[in-house]
Amino acid sequence: MSLLLNEIGNGIFLGAFFGLVALGYSMVYGILRLINFAHGDFYMVAAFVSFTILGAVGVGHSHNQWWTVVWVGVVVMVITGGLAMLANQLIYRPMRRAAILSLMIAAIGLSQVLENGVLVTPRWGATYLVFPVTTPPSGFSLGSNHYTWGQLVIVLVSGLLALGVYFLVGRTLLGKAMRAVSEDRIAATLMGINVDLVIAIVFFIGGALAGAAAVMTGVYYGQINYLMGFTVGLEAFTAAVLGGIGNIGGAVLGGLILGIVQSIGTGIFGAEWALVVAFGALVLMLWFRPTGLLGERVARRM
Amino acid sequence: MKALELSGVSVYYGAVRGAEDVTLDVDEGEIVALLGANGAGKSTLLKAISGIIHPRRGSIAFFGDDLGKLSAHRRVSRGLVHVPEGRRIFTTLTIGENLELGAYGTQHSRTERAQRLEEVLGLFPLLKQHFQRLAGTLSGGEQQVLAIGRAMMSNPRVLMIDEPSLGLDPQKVDIVYDMLEEVSALGTTVLLVEQNVSLALEIASRAYVLQQGSVVLSGPSASLVGDPRLADAYLGKAGGAKD
Ligand SMILES: Nc1ncnc2c1ncn2[C@@H]1O[C@H](COP(=O)(O)OP(=O)(O)OP(=O)(O)O)[C@@H](O)[C@H]1O
Ligand SMILES: [Mg+2]
Repeated sequence: MSLLLNEIGNGIFLGAFFGLVALGYSMVYGILRLINFAHGDFYMVAAFVSFTILGAVGVGHSHNQWWTVVWVGVVVMVITGGLAMLANQLIYRPMRRAAILSLMIAAIGLSQVLENGVLVTPRWGATYLVFPVTTPPSGFSLGSNHYTWGQLVIVLVSGLLALGVYFLVGRTLLGKAMRAVSEDRIAATLMGINVDLVIAIVFFIGGALAGAAAVMTGVYYGQINYLMGFTVGLEAFTAAVLGGIGNIGGAVLGGLILGIVQSIGTGIFGAEWALVVAFGALVLMLWFRPTGLLGERVARRM
Repeated sequence: MKALELSGVSVYYGAVRGAEDVTLDVDEGEIVALLGANGAGKSTLLKAISGIIHPRRGSIAFFGDDLGKLSAHRRVSRGLVHVPEGRRIFTTLTIGENLELGAYGTQHSRTERAQRLEEVLGLFPLLKQHFQRLAGTLSGGEQQVLAIGRAMMSNPRVLMIDEPSLGLDPQKVDIVYDMLEEVSALGTTVLLVEQNVSLALEIASRAYVLQQGSVVLSGPSASLVGDPRLADAYLGKAGGAKD
């Protein structure tokens, strides 16, 4: 029993990352019906950018190093948001009248460009890079499990960011405009909504969330690699579909469920089974509930 | 003052002609009807005026200013609002959210928007009653009321509305037309597209009749009522069809 609780605890932690990346997937899908396969690579690039910035400013071992991580995190969020927005502006926007399948192929192409771009960049490349700062092992016990303060902070920060997005989309005028664009682009234009700007903002937010997840991954796991976006991208995509793609709450819920399922699954079968468990869960979900947990609206929209 | 002035407007969808060499004008405060059979080009003209599509030739002026290639969302902030065919309310949003979005294009402050919301709800109490409901759960007539209310949220100078009576039973049609008269009484200029000729001529002061994308007949409503050429335009006779 307490073993199960431990796995759930670990799963929530893991799910926080999935959820943050899944939000970007889901928001872009919601507004463009595009599965942006490059999204995981925005996360990967963000990890490398934060590695370089942290290296350049130097974090040392002072007490202030966590403030450095925070402001670097914010800067990386802005940079990654900008990168996602740029990708939209240069690639997806000119293709707005093309079939969505063409956009998806372009997304796969962009993913390759980003991965190989990082691969050939001096000082980045193919090897694992070790982050200049990692979260300390100190923490607290819950049941028989030990959690670090770092894990707690990561879960809290992820939760706050997700809540922020939830509030933005649900309550603000901009969020209503996003939902309007998602449902009917022409009608939204007729309300005086600058549709292209709203889409750009959605890309920015999705990218920024991936950026936050990347910085936290770096400081928690301590190492990054140019292929890290591929796996996380798949897992986040799975999470988004589990929860009902296009749905904000669904992305977070899907992330948490995937995290927990994967935790329990790897607890039983071993770590190498992580992706098998994830996709197994996805297949089961699609079998019994093709729209995902909270996804009925999307099914209707399509 | 001319609220709208189209001269020589031609619109194409690729090779398909939507409108050809249309010249028309709408005076400030007027209700003008745009009539014609299916496919005559009525919706095409409204789309060109609101900027969803751009004409290949000709010019469109709004209160004397040439709109040129001004993007559609900017036209809304100038006070030119288009209620499209089929209403196209946001079904997954609530009535209240639909209304709020109606004022999106304005530069109004939060308090101004709230005040405008109260005014519109006062005008159309039905919307107040269902404020929190998802718009997709409204009946067709209620959706049309919402579409007009939403358009009025920006306090437009010109309201263009495309077939408001479409699919409504006669009683609902009356409600919607009463609304339009109220809108007009508030000083808003109205350009009305209708298939239901007698209904449109009752409320409009003037009308233009389109056939195959071009204006074939125009004049004061009173002079058009009973004009045989009007019926011909609907039956496609002026185009030289058999019988
Ligand atoms: N998106 C489009 N692509 C290609 N052709 C179009 C498109 N929209 C309209 N057309 C064509 O343009 C012409 C005018 O159509 P329009 O929709 O303006 O007619 P309408 O007068 O509004 O008709 P209705 O009363 O049926 O709404 C028609 O021949 C139509 O087939
Ligand atoms: Mg039409």
